[in-house]
Amino acid sequence: MTALVLLSYEENQIRSTSRSTIAAAKKFGEVHALLVGHNLSELSQKAAKLEGVTKVLVADHEAYAHMLAQPVTDLILSIAETYDYILVSANAEGKDILPRVAGLLDVQPITDVVEVVNENTFVRPIYAGSILATVKSSDNKKLLSIRGTAFEPVSDEGGQASIEALSKVAHSEKALAQFVSVEVTKSDRPELESARVIISGGRGMQSGANFAMLEKIADILDAAIGASRAAVDAGYVGNDYQVGQTGKIVAPQLYIAVGISGAIQHLAGMKDSKIIVAINKDPDAPIFKVADYGIIGDLFEILPQLENRLANR
Amino acid sequence: MSESAREKMEFDVLIVGGGPSGLSAAIRLKQLAPSAQICLIEKASEIGAHIVSGAVLEPTALKELFSDWNSRGAPLETPVKKERIMYLLNDRKSIQIPIIDWMMPNMVNEGNYIISLGDFCRWLASEAEALGVEIYPGFAGSDLIIEDNQVMGVLIGDMGLDKDGKPGSNFTPGMELRAKYTIFSEGCRGSLSKKLISHYNLRKKSDPQTYGIGIKELWEIPSDLHFPGYMQHSFGWPLDDNTYGGSWLYHFGKNLVSFGFVLGLDYANPWLSPFGETQRVKMHPALKKHFKGGRRIAYGARALSEGGFQSIPKLSFPGGVLVGDAAGFLNMPKIKGTHTAMKSGMVAAEAIAEALNSAQIEPVNYQKRMQQSWVWEELYSVRNIRPSFAKFGAKLATVYTGIDSMLRGKVPWTFHHRQGDNTKLDPADMSQPVCYPKPDNKLTFDRESSVYLANIDHRDDQPIHLKLKNEAIWKTVNWDVFKSPESRYCPAAVYEVVNADVEPTLQINSQNCVHCKTCDIKDPTQNINWETPEGGSGPNYPGGM
Amino acid sequence: MKVLVPVKRVVDSNIKPLVKSDNSGVETDGLKMSMNPFDETAVEEAVRLKEQNIVSEIVAVSIGEAKCQDTLRTAMAMGAYRSILITSDELLEPLSIAKILQKIVEKEQPNLVLMGKQASDDDTNATGQILAGLLGWSQGTFVSKLELTSDKARVHREIDEGVQILDLTLPAVITTDLRLNEPRFASLPNIMKARKKPIETIALSDMDIKTTTRLEMLSVKEASTSREGIILNSVEELVEKLQNEAKVI
Repeated sequence: MTALVLLSYEENQIRSTSRSTIAAAKKFGEVHALLVGHNLSELSQKAAKLEGVTKVLVADHEAYAHMLAQPVTDLILSIAETYDYILVSANAEGKDILPRVAGLLDVQPITDVVEVVNENTFVRPIYAGSILATVKSSDNKKLLSIRGTAFEPVSDEGGQASIEALSKVAHSEKALAQFVSVEVTKSDRPELESARVIISGGRGMQSGANFAMLEKIADILDAAIGASRAAVDAGYVGNDYQVGQTGKIVAPQLYIAVGISGAIQHLAGMKDSKIIVAINKDPDAPIFKVADYGIIGDLFEILPQLENRLANR
Repeated sequence: MSESAREKMEFDVLIVGGGPSGLSAAIRLKQLAPSAQICLIEKASEIGAHIVSGAVLEPTALKELFSDWNSRGAPLETPVKKERIMYLLNDRKSIQIPIIDWMMPNMVNEGNYIISLGDFCRWLASEAEALGVEIYPGFAGSDLIIEDNQVMGVLIGDMGLDKDGKPGSNFTPGMELRAKYTIFSEGCRGSLSKKLISHYNLRKKSDPQTYGIGIKELWEIPSDLHFPGYMQHSFGWPLDDNTYGGSWLYHFGKNLVSFGFVLGLDYANPWLSPFGETQRVKMHPALKKHFKGGRRIAYGARALSEGGFQSIPKLSFPGGVLVGDAAGFLNMPKIKGTHTAMKSGMVAAEAIAEALNSAQIEPVNYQKRMQQSWVWEELYSVRNIRPSFAKFGAKLATVYTGIDSMLRGKVPWTFHHRQGDNTKLDPADMSQPVCYPKPDNKLTFDRESSVYLANIDHRDDQPIHLKLKNEAIWKTVNWDVFKSPESRYCPAAVYEVVNADVEPTLQINSQNCVHCKTCDIKDPTQNINWETPEGGSGPNYPGGM
Repeated sequence: MKVLVPVKRVVDSNIKPLVKSDNSGVETDGLKMSMNPFDETAVEEAVRLKEQNIVSEIVAVSIGEAKCQDTLRTAMAMGAYRSILITSDELLEPLSIAKILQKIVEKEQPNLVLMGKQASDDDTNATGQILAGLLGWSQGTFVSKLELTSDKARVHREIDEGVQILDLTLPAVITTDLRLNEPRFASLPNIMKARKKPIETIALSDMDIKTTTRLEMLSVKEASTSREGIILNSVEELVEKLQNEAKVI
C-alpha cells in the first residue's frame, strides 16, 4: 500500500501539520510526498529529509503558485491512480482541495481524522467536536484530511527520499480562478498550530489594544497568540487568530485562556492542549470545567502580575 | 402604548402563548368558527420548547376537545399503573402512605397518563395547524395595545437590538398584532398577564396569587430498572414543617424518568435554595434507587400558580381573556393543571366564538361558563388544602387535608391567602443558613451543568430582559436584609453577587435564564421585573421533557 | 443572475445532542431542528445580493425527509423566491448530496451556487468542493466577503495565514463562513408569505442517481473535555504549578 501526502508549507517551511499527516500516512505503508507550488528547490530538499518519506514528487510551475483548488486537483488526479491513500492536512488548503479530488474520483472523503483505527476505519469529530464518530470506509481509495494535533509529527530530518520532478503540468487550459492577493498577518511569533505555548484572549479583553497585554506575556514564553470567535467577531484581532471549531485546532503544551468564557466551539479547538489555564472573572464560566488551573478575577489585574512573575522567575 | 409607524396585522383572535390552554383555545375556536382568522404566537423557538411539567394528564378535557383523541395519535403512551406516596421522615427513613380512594380522591390517578407535556403540546399544535390556525413560534408578545381601555392586541418585540437597545445590523422592528379578541395563555406569571391584572384591577375581588417553583430533571435509566407507569410522590424531608413542597418521580416512555421537586414560594428562610433541595432529595434511599445506572438528559424549571380557587382573578376584560395558568387554574392537591388549563382555553373559545357574532367588546360569558364548568367545582372542593399548609404546617395540614378531602371540601369556611409570596421572607440574620451537599456529578449536580442541559439560547448582544426597577434597593434590601435570596432561588444561576466582601454588587447573567419567572414573584420588594427577551430566546427543552 | 442555495436541516446548534445509550449513533429524536447556520449565512448573502439588484432569482434546495420543508420555508421567509425539495429517507453523504445537486444545477442553470462551508452536524466540509469538481466549476471556499459582478465573483477566503482574495469565473460554487454576514430574523409577515411560496418536490428515487453509502458509522462516543481542575488564589501559585507540577514552562 502506498500513501500520497500533499505537503503544506509557508515561506520555505514545511508546516508541522504536514509532518503529522505523514505520521498518520505511515500507518498505511510507504509514503510519498507531493510538493506543489512555484520555486520549490529549497523546499524539495527539506521535503526529502522528512522522516518516513521515500519519494518526493515535485510539481514546480507558476500555475501552482497559490495552491488553487482547480489546478492542484487536476495534478493530483493525474497521479492518483497509483495510490491507495491520499492525505492532506485538515487546514484551509487541504480542506479546499481534498473534497474536489474526491468527488472526481467518486470517493467520499473523510475529513478531520483524529485517529486511524485500521486501514479502513477512522475516528473523526462531529457536532462541533462534542462527539467522536468511528467510521468505516468501503471506498477502494481512501481520501483523508488529518487533524495535525492528533498525531505526533515526524521529524524533519533523517529521511532520504528521492526527488522526482513531475514534468507534466496537469492543469486545464483555462484557469477558473485568478489569484488577486493575500493579506498575510505578519508575526514573529510561532505559528498557532505548532506553538508550544498559546495565550488566547476573548471578549473579556474588551479591545484589540488590550491584546498588547497578552503580547508581553507571549514574548516571555515564546508563545503564539490566539483568540476566541467572540473576540474576532468583535474586531479585536484578525480571523487568523481564531482558535475553535471554525478556526484553528490547536493542542499546545500550555494553553492560557484569558477572558474567554469557553463556548463549546472554542473548547473544540483547544481541549486537547496538555495543560489549560483559565483566567476569568466569572467563576461559572464553562472554561473552568476544562481547565487544569484556574484563577478567578479581573484579567486587567492578573495579567500584569503574571507578566511580572514570569519575567522574574 | 402603540406607535402608528409599526407594521400591523389583523386577526379575529390572537392567542399569546402556545401551551395547553392556548392551543386548546385555538383548536376549539376553529371547531366552532372555522372561518375565523386565528393567530397564535409563542416566545419559544418552537412549540413545546418552554414547556416544563411532570406531567400526569387527566384526559377529561382532552376527551371533550377530541372524542377520537386516541386515533389522532395523541402522545399518551404511558397509562398510570402503580402509585406511591411517601412521607420522608429524615434522610434515610420513609413511610408509605396508603392511597385510599374514598378518603383521598385527589390522589387517585387511575385512568391518567404520564406524558411529556412538551410533546403533547407539539401534537396539539399539529392538530391546530391542520385546522388552519396560524402558529408563529419565535415571537414574543412584548407589550399590550390598549386603546379606549380596550385590548386591541399585542406588540411583538423588536429583534436584533444590541445591548444598549440600539438597532444592530440585522435589526427587525417589532409589529402590531391586532385582533378583535386576545387570549392570554402565557402560563404562570405571564408578563403581559401581569400588566393586564394591574391595568384592569382583575384581582379586586380575589386573594393574591401564591406560587411554587418546580424544578425538573429528565433521566434515562437502564431498561431492566424501568417500570413504565410507576409514579411516586414524596413530602416531608428535606423540608421543615413550615415549608411546602415535595418531589415527583414518574417512569414513562422509553426508559425515561421524570423527576422533579416543587417548592412553595411562600417559604421564609432566605438561605433556602430550591435547586439545592431538588438535588438533596434525590439522595434519599426512596428516590436514589430510581436513578441507578441512569444519566440525566435534560433540566428545566418553571413557576406554577398554587393559590387555587381563592386566587382566580376576574377572567375577562374589554378585548380579551386570561386562560390556563396565567389565570391560575392549577389544582394543587392533585398537582395537575393541564386538564383545567385546557378546559379554560376551550371555554374561553366558546365564549369568544359567541362574542365574534355579537360584536361584544368584553367576552363576559367566559367567566359565567367557567363558573358553571367542572373546573370551578373541582377547584372549589380543594380550596382549603394548600392554604392549610401555610396555616398549620405540613403535619397538621396533612390531617386537615384528609378530613377536608373526605368531605369533598363541603366545609363552611374558606382559608385565605393574605399576602404575596414576596412578603414571606425572614431577614437573613434571623434565619438558619442551609448547607447543601457538594454535587457528585452522578446523582447530584451543580446549577451550571444543569443549566447546560436546558439548551439555552439568548443571543449575547441583546438588551438584558431582567431589570431592577430601582438599583439602590438591591443593596439596602436584598443584600443588607436578605443576603441576596435571588442568588439562591434562581434555578439557573442568573443572579450572582460579585465582590461580596468589599462592595457587593449584583451581576445579572440574563443569558442563563430559563424563563421560570421565580424572580419576578419572590423578589422581596418586587423590584425585579421580568420582560420578554428577543423572540426565540430561552431554553430549548427537548422531546420527552 | 440566478443563485441556487442548498440548505440542510440539522439539529439546532444551540442543542447539545446526546450519544445513544448503546453508542450506535446520535440521538436526534425530539430535538429542535433548524437550518444549518452556515447555510443561513449563504441565504442571507443571496438575499442581500438580490436587494442590491445583482441577483434576480434565489432558489433554495434541500434534500432529505419531508420535514425539510420547514427549512425551505425559513429560507423563503428570509427571501428565497421558490424551493425544490428532493425527498429521501436515506442517510445521504456529501458525495451523494453533491451528485443530486449537480442534477439540480443542470436543470436550473444557476450562475452561482452559494452554500455553507460545512454542516453543523457532521462537520464534513466537502459538499461544495465536490459539487464544484463534478460541475467543473470554479470554487471559492470559506468566504468571508463576496463582491459579485455579472461575470465574476471576487471572494475573500479565510486561509491559514490570513485572507486570500481570488477572482472566480462564473459559474461558481461559493461556500460561506459565518463571518460573511449576520443573518436576518424572518419577520412574521414574511413567514406568512413564505407559507404560500411554491415548493417543487422531487422523489430521489425518480432521479436516477446512485447514492450507495460509502461510510458506515460504527459507533459514536462523547468527546470528554472536562478536567479535574483546581482554582488557584494567586499568580505566584499558578507560575509555581506550571513550573514544578505541570513542567510546561
